Amino acid sequence: MSKKKAATTNDNMNRLNRISPTTNVLFNILFLVLALMCFLPIIFIFIISITKNDVLRTQGYQLYVTAETASFDAYTFLWNQKHVILNALVVSVKVTVIGTVLGVMLTCLMGYVLSRKEHKLNGFLTMLVFIPMVFGGGLASSYVVNTQILGLRDNLWVLILPLAVSSFNVTIARTFFRTTIPDSIIESAKIDGASQWTVFFRIVLPISKPVLATIALFLAFGYWNDWYQSMLYINDSSLKSLQATLDSMQKSLEYLTKNPSAGMTSADLKKAMPEEAVRMAIAFVVAVPIACIYPFFQKYFISGLTVGAVKG
Amino acid sequence: MAELKTKAKPKQALKSRSKWTRDDTELTVLAVPTMVWYALFCYLPMFGIILAFKDYKIVDATKSFLYNLIHSDWAGFKNFQYFLSLKDFPMILRNTILYNVVFIVLDIVLPVGLAIMISNIYSKRKSKAYQTLMFMPHFMSWVVVSYFVYAFLDGDKGLLNTIIQYFGGDRIKWYTEPKYWPYILTFMHIWKVLGYSMVVYLASITGIDTSLYEAAVLDGASKAQQARYITLPSLQPIIIMMFILAVGRIFSSDFGLFYQVTRGANVKIAEVVTTFDVKIYQMVSTSSRLGQNAAASMFQSIVGCITILTANAIVSKIDRNSALI
Repeated sequence: MSKKKAATTNDNMNRLNRISPTTNVLFNILFLVLALMCFLPIIFIFIISITKNDVLRTQGYQLYVTAETASFDAYTFLWNQKHVILNALVVSVKVTVIGTVLGVMLTCLMGYVLSRKEHKLNGFLTMLVFIPMVFGGGLASSYVVNTQILGLRDNLWVLILPLAVSSFNVTIARTFFRTTIPDSIIESAKIDGASQWTVFFRIVLPISKPVLATIALFLAFGYWNDWYQSMLYINDSSLKSLQATLDSMQKSLEYLTKNPSAGMTSADLKKAMPEEAVRMAIAFVVAVPIACIYPFFQKYFISGLTVGAVKG
Repeated sequence: MAELKTKAKPKQALKSRSKWTRDDTELTVLAVPTMVWYALFCYLPMFGIILAFKDYKIVDATKSFLYNLIHSDWAGFKNFQYFLSLKDFPMILRNTILYNVVFIVLDIVLPVGLAIMISNIYSKRKSKAYQTLMFMPHFMSWVVVSYFVYAFLDGDKGLLNTIIQYFGGDRIKWYTEPKYWPYILTFMHIWKVLGYSMVVYLASITGIDTSLYEAAVLDGASKAQQARYITLPSLQPIIIMMFILAVGRIFSSDFGLFYQVTRGANVKIAEVVTTFDVKIYQMVSTSSRLGQNAAASMFQSIVGCITILTANAIVSKIDRNSALI
């Protein structure tokens, strides 16, 4: 009863203290425009991808498509060339899955160790993680180290390893472990004779799902969207991810026709290709999975960012 | 971090007298994999600084890279001099800093303003929908975004030219006209980060104690006054943190924005879109003069490190609690 009353006073309070209806309408219009600006490009890309290539060639890209000008040639073409896309998809999935699992493991191990203040190496490890936040070797030396010393050129691992850990994620994990895992749990487990290994895997990880989810998502989106590593280190077309394929296509659409399917020469294929529409079709195919998935994970991103913002 | 250290000190001083325990060993073992990762991918490249002072030559092709590195001649500061005296250097410096200054200002003013606005919209459901839609660009890679941009800006077929022509204007060859690019890139940068940073600030706004606002209403404060005297001061720590981080990165730039969106920063528009990251990428991917490349990227790292530490020092003078270190 009293709770209900409190709620209504709160409501009245809110009603009293709010912007005028006109301002509300203006704000709504402003945000509607901004939201559409963020979202519409993906629709435009789709419209272009289903427009007939002749129309695109003669009249340019259009904001609308009619029954006469629509065609799914681009998607049929992509379907016929599916070995290129499928191969890229397999690379992308492999990199994302392996990278995310490995990255979460490495990040949480370090985050957990840093959260144990009584550890003798705590100061040293904190510096180890902190220094790369302000100073790095730079692109040229990373490139030299990865190619000359670690021998990672044209190797799937070069897409995975360099992105696995970031000091930002380690800090998020550490802050989480420090603030949400009570010391008493760990102490009691140790009194029962558990090793740190057991404590971490049997006690800490199972009750840390929120932070695992946040870090896994940061990593998964990072891996899925990465094209930079491929651009630097990958020449072998069988190791190109979806993003890298899209990137190579920007330079030349012929990239797709380098590997024609059986029974077709490159020249045939080039003639058959609805060039303009195919470009946008691939961009659409790469963009859509993410556009459909991210709303479900958005809240983890925000919680991760706010945890990260808590320093300490 | 500073807070933490001061808190931890008396404890550590006590502990350091005690012996190394089994617990310490176990924790160290757990940390080893990540330590190895840091050694290989963060600290090993830092030794690239040696490369910057060497005139790297393949002395003996049969021997390893390290052998050749050790036996190459020292070059002193020649590699740095080469980079600093590049004809393009002043232009690149100007581009990097100017873009960053504009971005830093807009990245604070726009998202904070919009976050305050969206927190005042009546319907929470609508507000959530706007946030979700505006968050989308954050999840798109620059490669995908570059296709969006291409659909609008292509000289022959682009949507923007179609629209301009519809209103009786002339086609513009966007990709070869330098004068438009500062605006296009600024727009694209804002487009990509706006929703994301707005949501970050909004998360802090919802965390503000509502009794502050109630007290303000009783004192007769208007909505604008509440924003000015309650919301903004409450956001101050996070704004300062974002500001230091951004200032620390003033010598680096978002490579994807400057390279992918411009479709490779072609020669015609290079003078307004080349930043340090683009230049260093071009050097690394085209030239095999390892010493010069390393000097260029080392220059960026060192200057970046100095700026972030300076920014942090200034902030900690003003407000100890808002500093990073």
